Amino acid sequence: MPSSRDVVFVDGVRTPFGRSGPKGLYAETRADDLVVRVIRELIRRNPQLPPERVDEVAIAATTQIGDQGLTIGRAAAVLAGLPKSVPGYAIDRMCAGAMTAVTTVAGGIAFGAYDVAIAGGVEHMGRHPMGEGVDPNPRFLSEKLVDPSALVMGMTAENLHDRHPEITKRRADAYAVLSQERAAKAYADGKIQPDLVPTAIRTAEKGWGLAVEDEAPRPGTTMEGLSGLKTPFRPHGNVTAGNSSGINDGATGCVVAAREVAEELGLGAKMRLVSYAFAGVDPEVMGVGPIPSTERALRLAGLGISDIGLVEINEAFAVQVLAFLDHFGIADDDPRVNQYGGAIAYGHPLASSGVRLMTQLARQFGERPDVRYGITTMCVGMGMGGTVIWENLA
Amino acid sequence: MSDIETWRSLLAERATDEVVTKALVRDVQLPYGAGTMALITLDNGFDHTKPNTFGPHGLFALNGALAEIAERTDLAAVGVTGKPFIFAVGADLKGAAALTTREEALAIGALGHHVFRRLGELPIPSFAFVNGAAMGGGLEVALHCSYRTISSGVPAVALPECSLGLVPGWGGTQLLPRLIGPAAAIRLIVENPLAQNRMIKGREAYELGVADAMFEPADFLEESLRWAARVVNGEVPVERPVERPARDEDWDKAVGDARFLVDMKLRGAAPAPYRALDLIALARTASRDEGFAAEDEALADLLTGDELRAGLYAFDLVQRRAKRPAGAPDASLARKVTKVGVVGAGLMASQMALLFARRLEVPVVLTDLDQARLDKGVGYVHAEVDKLLGKGRVSPDQANRLKGLVTGSLTKDAFADADFVIEAVFEDLAVKKQVFAEVEAVVPAECVLATNTSSLSVTEMGAELRHPGRLVGFHFFNPVAVMPLLEIVRGAATDDATLATAFAVGKALKKSSVLVKDAPAFVVNRLLTCFMGEVVAAVDEGTPLEVAEHALDGLGLPMTPFALLQLVGPAVGLHVAETLHDAFPDRFGVSENMAKLVATGKPGVYRPDFTLDPEAVAVFSGGSAPSTAEQVRERVLAALAREIRIMLDDGVVAAPQDIDLCMILGAGWPFHLGGITPYLDRTGVASPRFLAPGVASMP
Repeated sequence: MPSSRDVVFVDGVRTPFGRSGPKGLYAETRADDLVVRVIRELIRRNPQLPPERVDEVAIAATTQIGDQGLTIGRAAAVLAGLPKSVPGYAIDRMCAGAMTAVTTVAGGIAFGAYDVAIAGGVEHMGRHPMGEGVDPNPRFLSEKLVDPSALVMGMTAENLHDRHPEITKRRADAYAVLSQERAAKAYADGKIQPDLVPTAIRTAEKGWGLAVEDEAPRPGTTMEGLSGLKTPFRPHGNVTAGNSSGINDGATGCVVAAREVAEELGLGAKMRLVSYAFAGVDPEVMGVGPIPSTERALRLAGLGISDIGLVEINEAFAVQVLAFLDHFGIADDDPRVNQYGGAIAYGHPLASSGVRLMTQLARQFGERPDVRYGITTMCVGMGMGGTVIWENLA
Repeated sequence: MSDIETWRSLLAERATDEVVTKALVRDVQLPYGAGTMALITLDNGFDHTKPNTFGPHGLFALNGALAEIAERTDLAAVGVTGKPFIFAVGADLKGAAALTTREEALAIGALGHHVFRRLGELPIPSFAFVNGAAMGGGLEVALHCSYRTISSGVPAVALPECSLGLVPGWGGTQLLPRLIGPAAAIRLIVENPLAQNRMIKGREAYELGVADAMFEPADFLEESLRWAARVVNGEVPVERPVERPARDEDWDKAVGDARFLVDMKLRGAAPAPYRALDLIALARTASRDEGFAAEDEALADLLTGDELRAGLYAFDLVQRRAKRPAGAPDASLARKVTKVGVVGAGLMASQMALLFARRLEVPVVLTDLDQARLDKGVGYVHAEVDKLLGKGRVSPDQANRLKGLVTGSLTKDAFADADFVIEAVFEDLAVKKQVFAEVEAVVPAECVLATNTSSLSVTEMGAELRHPGRLVGFHFFNPVAVMPLLEIVRGAATDDATLATAFAVGKALKKSSVLVKDAPAFVVNRLLTCFMGEVVAAVDEGTPLEVAEHALDGLGLPMTPFALLQLVGPAVGLHVAETLHDAFPDRFGVSENMAKLVATGKPGVYRPDFTLDPEAVAVFSGGSAPSTAEQVRERVLAALAREIRIMLDDGVVAAPQDIDLCMILGAGWPFHLGGITPYLDRTGVASPRFLAPGVASMP
């Protein structure tokens, strides 16, 4: 068995992301059906990949019950019509679920356990609100293992403003406006649509429809508009619905393969995995997680931040992105970062988002053969960060 | 007044309790920049157990949706699909039964055409996305569209109208032959409905050309919309190999062949299939307007005819009454059956063992005194399982399981842990009593004992049991695997728990059970014997056998009397006749000629090539008082009416409906007769009527 081999990102797709809630796109659509749609689209888009050559289906979900339960990777593989010989499993690292699905199968590929895998994630936050069914151990608080605010993500974002007073609400709002503008431009330029899979939706009241684009973006968002929003996590606070990602429904997936197998099958590899790292931080400031995880991934890759030409960072909260940029000395509006906008515009269906970052990075790589390295990174609840460094194969 | 208003005034009031299938319209952005499609979802607001149907209000709703769509100038296409698992399954039959005048019947036909044809006559292309069951008017909606996709998971595609006494008259007879050719269209419109209402699956429909494209169920709608977008963009040519008028002589031959087959089966007894063939013949040359107008006329005639009313009544019996048997005790009283015993290892016993094993999936033990017979019986089951395996009806694992479930035993000790023991031994009261005495000695206290007797008294059979309450009649029809009826016989002592268990087992076996009083020969055999007895008596009296044999052709029964005798076997027929003669000597005779025929050992009056055997026919010669065919017919019908009346008066079954259900499911008597009592009513033979006017006839 080979001890290590190159791992490549072949292709990624996602459903359009919907707003959670009774009026949202997917209000009456099952989470597992979203995953099925993604898997089938990956197989359809990559006809050189014989379905029986898929060695694993790793699907992340934060809340693994109901239509996100039943070992969703395996359930979705069966529902998608993959051969029964293809195994699958469920995976969870909250917001970094899909990212962890990719790194985990990548580890297996590098080790030689798999040749090709499908990795992705889903979160239907309408059917599964954050924190559904959780039962935190009382010791967290009795022994002061974590601050009481640690489990409320908005509060951790407020805490991050406390830690970095230089990151003001105004800066956060300005960043949010930029994210919306970039997303609108990306849509106008047709950068997003090619990797969306049109997804059937149905409500009893309206009948069948088709989701063809993201529901969450608010093009035309202005500083004035954002300034009046409530700060639900703290009176006179800094974190608003406008400078945060929303509550969303969606699924993502990608094909990851050993480089040599991708070449053998004629799969077009878009990126090579260079290194990855996860890191823990204080849960009450979970938003700083990407800083140590990126430091570690760079160190493992033998690279510095100056080697990185493109960054896809998940925008759970503007403050957390700004803390990252400040740490690495990158300007708030640096064009290398989130060129297509981010989760503040598109939304953040928790465990699915990691692969959205990769898909967007891959498309940017395709347009920028001059860029050699890029990173995808995100913060994770309970105080973590995750980072994957990719090499451009375009 | 516009047509729509006229139809509304004629029909709306009639359909106050219609479950309305709504036409929900939602704009969909087609992929590949193909523009906007107005996508109509047909949905009656219930889940798949109550499928979409079309009554007047549903048609008005679809019409309204299409009228609004027709006004729009921003659309590239229109689509129609169903709710999950169901596209639409046709006209609202309850509503059809509520129509009372020809004017109303004409209106429902014309309204359907008016609405559906809009789909094919819009300036933009229309697409049907057949996601689930599509029958009758539902399939016709799809046929009116410019293009169709179908899911490979669709379990049922059919135009079943002819089975009820209608024609697919909302465009089906005109559009389908032109789409898939006359021969294939006749198969769907005429032949399948007359063959136990056979339905085809999505894949077969696609292969026949009913749909232009097929997609898998997992993302059927999405891929259908992608396909539609490419059709709209002109990127996908839609080729229909059979979409051209078949040659005139092919068309004539297809219709002619079908007419011959229909005649063989029905001998003119039911008008609908003939009308369907007329319409299909017309479709070769008729314009849309002419063709649809002819359909309207056919619908109006059929909707106001008694054959359809009898058909709707019969349909309701088998769909509803058969599922909730009249007089069955509370299902919660039923005991669990985890092991079944079958006494005997003959053919009937082996067939039962196979059925019990397949449906109940519990161990089944056959017993017989003779090892060779036992081996043969178990061997039969194993061979049948292998046949199922060969046809792919069961997996190798399931085949192993089924074979493992069925075993043989020389002693009845094997019944020690059985919950249900049925006997299929020689039809002799003393033998059966002896069998049950032995069985009762070993089985647990709550074990149900069942007899498959066709004519003996259940009460007498159980009289000497220690627990007579545990015995119940459980009368299958041959062949056991195929015939859907089970007569469940309550003896005088049969207790409720036993009866409830029998009904539960019947349901698990996927049979339709009818509760019958312990009366000689129960229902089906009693009436068939009555029927047969009159025919044979007429022959004995000197009526030429061929005349008597065909005297009842006008009813369109599945078999002529002597063909039935051949199937049953003269000896069995004679035995039942004797049983009934013993019980009712004034009404049931025993023909000496029949006894002679049995003595010859011949299988009946027909030779294997179905020509009459002169020697057998000669057995019946000698009578001197021949009847005409008409006289034979009258005496047979009068005898049936009289016997049914007596059976109802005696409480053999709860109602005439149960008589009809038994004859439909146990004897295959046709829907257009409504079983039999609607026919006896409408021909005036029954006096007074069995059923009130309107129940199975025009009100």
